Amino acid sequence: MIGWRSTWSIYKRELMRFLRTAFQSVLAPVLTTSLYFIVFGAAIGGRMPDLGGVDYGAFIIPGLLMLTLLGETTSNSSFGIYMPRFTGTIYELLSAPVGVAETLIGFVGAAMTKSLILAAIILVTARLFVDYSIAYPLLAMFYIMLVAAAFSLFGFILGIWADNFEKLGIIPMLFLTPLTFLGGTFYSIDMLPGPWDKIALANPIVYLVSGLRWTFYGSSDVNIWISFGITLAFLAACTAVIAYIFKTGWRLRA
Amino acid sequence: MNEPILELEGLSKVYPGGLKALDNVDLTIRKGEIFALLGPNGAGKTTLIGAVCGLVRPSEGTIRAFGHDMASDWRKARARIGLVPQELSTDMFEPVHRAVSYSRGLFGLAPDPARIEEILRSLSLWDKKDERIMALSGGMKRRVLIAKALAHEPDLLFLDEPTAGVDVELRKGMWAIVDQMRDRGVTIILTTHYIEEAELMADRVGIINRGKLLMVDEKEAMMSRLGRTEAHIALANPISELPQSLSQFPIEIEQGGTSLCYRGGDGTGRGKAEVAELTKALIAAGIDYTGIDVRESSLEEIFVSLLGEEEAA
Repeated sequence: MIGWRSTWSIYKRELMRFLRTAFQSVLAPVLTTSLYFIVFGAAIGGRMPDLGGVDYGAFIIPGLLMLTLLGETTSNSSFGIYMPRFTGTIYELLSAPVGVAETLIGFVGAAMTKSLILAAIILVTARLFVDYSIAYPLLAMFYIMLVAAAFSLFGFILGIWADNFEKLGIIPMLFLTPLTFLGGTFYSIDMLPGPWDKIALANPIVYLVSGLRWTFYGSSDVNIWISFGITLAFLAACTAVIAYIFKTGWRLRA
Repeated sequence: MNEPILELEGLSKVYPGGLKALDNVDLTIRKGEIFALLGPNGAGKTTLIGAVCGLVRPSEGTIRAFGHDMASDWRKARARIGLVPQELSTDMFEPVHRAVSYSRGLFGLAPDPARIEEILRSLSLWDKKDERIMALSGGMKRRVLIAKALAHEPDLLFLDEPTAGVDVELRKGMWAIVDQMRDRGVTIILTTHYIEEAELMADRVGIINRGKLLMVDEKEAMMSRLGRTEAHIALANPISELPQSLSQFPIEIEQGGTSLCYRGGDGTGRGKAEVAELTKALIAAGIDYTGIDVRESSLEEIFVSLLGEEEAA
């Protein structure tokens, strides 16, 4: 039985935390996306050929979206659970009649909501620079939600694993961002010389960017079902890890 | 008053480093009482609270609260338990009112602005309701923690060192708050190492050290059983030995024969009466005295004595 009032309280509070820094939260992705479009879209993109029949400026939109989505979702979710651990306020959550379901729906749901708001902002910003249309908008939205859910869970695990701020930042900075940059955000895997085009397929982010690009333009580097499969597998793996954490109380209960 | 609402049986906690913070603790808390858990730093007080409130995983033993097993049926039990932690752990950026309302929702209750207002007013926080917690003084922050713990109207409230590090005036304010809660019928378990606090507020006292519950009893019964009267009688003229007529009294010569020391009684006043008898016996024996200093032992002395015995064992 899920305590929906408890869930709503956690969810609402996490969103309020986001709104406290709304100016920064909204302005940062708008500015970053604008800079990417100015540099890659206008300055460099003008000299790039169409990729799979898609204008280069439009081609990079799913990648940019994924770049922000992965970073923001992971950091929002990890901070969401790390800060109560750091300040000691987690005692209240642990002593409340809430279980894994309420905690996850509250924290991860809020992180997902923030990510969807950011995704909408990025898409609107992109529209100012590039003319684009989304082939499968509902599927795109579903895929964005799926990725947001998976990386919210991933961020949650990160926030429980980290025992200092350095560890909290190290995974997004040293792994997530580089892998996203190398995951076909700004180019098609086909453009890479061998054997790099094959090596690139070992990067899981390739499948996420590719999957989202398919929902936008109906074509991508990787089969859409493989992208969906890998995203779902990642989601399942994160869920299993979190179930283990709550069952054992690892890093939560002494 | 006698209905048990919390029962701990064989509760033990061994931390991964090997520290045994709780050692086979059995304890029953009755409805409506104020129970003070006394113990030095590191005795296991906070671990015991943590085990009941879900912050610590017990290594062995069972915890039943309101008839629910905390290992399997924890939701119903936790909904009725409030915790005020020792550390001032609050979300510093949140306004007071929102933080307290959040706590109510987290424990699954519907919003009730009137109830939140009542709690904030009773803790003199209503004027500060829109202020961020970070802007409040230490004493006010502790009140916010109490307000958060009361927001879901718990039947059992844990106060972990509620007056640690607060000034005398605020400490008295806290005692008044505890009295208010007692009047509302809330059962309170407080940990403290201020003996005066336990002596003043508690119905029953438990003494814990090194994870072991050394003694649990009614405060008066404990003082009666372990309390002592100590009297120092300054003699007009030094004596070298006690006359036979005084052998029935637990006295000894001290300070080179210029004073007698009586140690006896049981904390019920019997000691004082015996000192009065002693003074008559002294006069009868022709021993004159110039002054008497009589003192009843406090809960603190009982506490220190018990810990001393335990250390020696």
